[in-house]
Amino acid sequence: MWEMIEDEDIDLLLNDLFDLYGYDFTSYSRASLKRRIVRLCSLDKFPSFAELRYRVKNDPDYLKRFVEEITVNVTEMFRDPSFYKSLRDDILPILGTKPFIRIWHAGCSTGEEVYSMAILLKEAGLLKKSLLYATDLNPSVLEKVRKGIFPLNQMKQYSENYIASGGKKDFSTYYTANYGQAKLDRDLSEKIIISTHNLVSDSSFNEFDLILCRNVLIYFDKNLQDRVLNLFDASLGSLGYLALGTKETLKFSAIQNKFKQINREKIWKKIV
Amino acid sequence: MEENRVVPPCQLLLIGGSAGSLEVLFKLLPRLNADLPFAIVLVLHRRSTGDSSLTELLSSKTVNHTSEVEDKEPVKPGNIYLAPADYHLLIEKDRTFSLDYSEKINFSRPSIDVTFESACEIYGESAVALILSGANEDGTHGMKCIKKAGGRTLAQNPETAQMPFMPNYAITHGVIDYVLDIPQMADFINQMK
Repeated sequence: MWEMIEDEDIDLLLNDLFDLYGYDFTSYSRASLKRRIVRLCSLDKFPSFAELRYRVKNDPDYLKRFVEEITVNVTEMFRDPSFYKSLRDDILPILGTKPFIRIWHAGCSTGEEVYSMAILLKEAGLLKKSLLYATDLNPSVLEKVRKGIFPLNQMKQYSENYIASGGKKDFSTYYTANYGQAKLDRDLSEKIIISTHNLVSDSSFNEFDLILCRNVLIYFDKNLQDRVLNLFDASLGSLGYLALGTKETLKFSAIQNKFKQINREKIWKKIV
Repeated sequence: MEENRVVPPCQLLLIGGSAGSLEVLFKLLPRLNADLPFAIVLVLHRRSTGDSSLTELLSSKTVNHTSEVEDKEPVKPGNIYLAPADYHLLIEKDRTFSLDYSEKINFSRPSIDVTFESACEIYGESAVALILSGANEDGTHGMKCIKKAGGRTLAQNPETAQMPFMPNYAITHGVIDYVLDIPQMADFINQMK
């Protein structure tokens, strides 16, 4: 399956995407990107790579699907409970002393982590003075954030994660179950602001107290990782916090000296 | 097994395992030479809440440097790398690792197939792959890719495996060059150039 697509083919497709639509995937980690493209070719039963390329070029509706499928949108609520426990115990009490809290979920995908944060803020009594900016390059996943409806069969796992993160309530009080779906309470989404934002090409748009970008940088090459980390640095207020995924790091990045990791979790505080 | 073929030097040894594979590694790793001229990558099915004690355990069984892979880390000969829990492990053209949190493959993340196929793409005939005990079909696709590219493929002798299904599955699909017991595996790996 791998050998049917050459690297040169991928380059051509990426050039089309940039020239026609302004999407720049050229600095994405190539191994993962290629796997996604191969997967999509087989899912959508394209007889050849040329046919996929033709479809992407000529069918804007298919472009939506293409972007949604080649970017990874796997996420869950309270993923890595110890990380959320640290937000709850170490970060929110400090943010709580501010008159107003601005949080950015960069590359938020379908929003499970944004809603997890809203629950933490609500339980700390801070949601009312907070704003959560949820951004992604992909408009169709943001539509899911807006709806706040997730598969009901995930809720058992999410409930376990929630409890492991130090949650004390009955998790089912946060949603209404209906036809195999769980609709999260409206008051959780009241403070969520949804917008498209492409980390590759868009710039800073506000100053934040906390930026979360978990399991997004792994899909970028080293140069793009550095660009995005600089963008985060420019978007954080002094003493702001940056949270990354469990296998991501500021080590070896240009901004590492401006930040200090606060504990074993991947949370850094801006110190200059 | 064409004996007259010039065997390409090994640049990467991939080891995939599931249920029952840890015991094999605990016996195999101490038998391996120090400073092997290639890197070893371990892809093991494990609980998604990966605790770091597995790295420490494996590390205690070998003189070779053993660590869990960090994103964009270079692949260095002589080192043993463990795929992190709950991520797929891929290899880039510049021979650095990259991680991927996409859908599970064969009910697994990390998936052995994903890493083997990715490594095959980069290393081709200089990849060697070993499949150990397990109760899953994972690995066979990746071994097929490596065999086709001219790399060597090894399986634990299913009779010695706690869970024979996984090596058996690879063997019956005709993707395995050598079926080995643990001491034979160690000899094979130590004499690989």
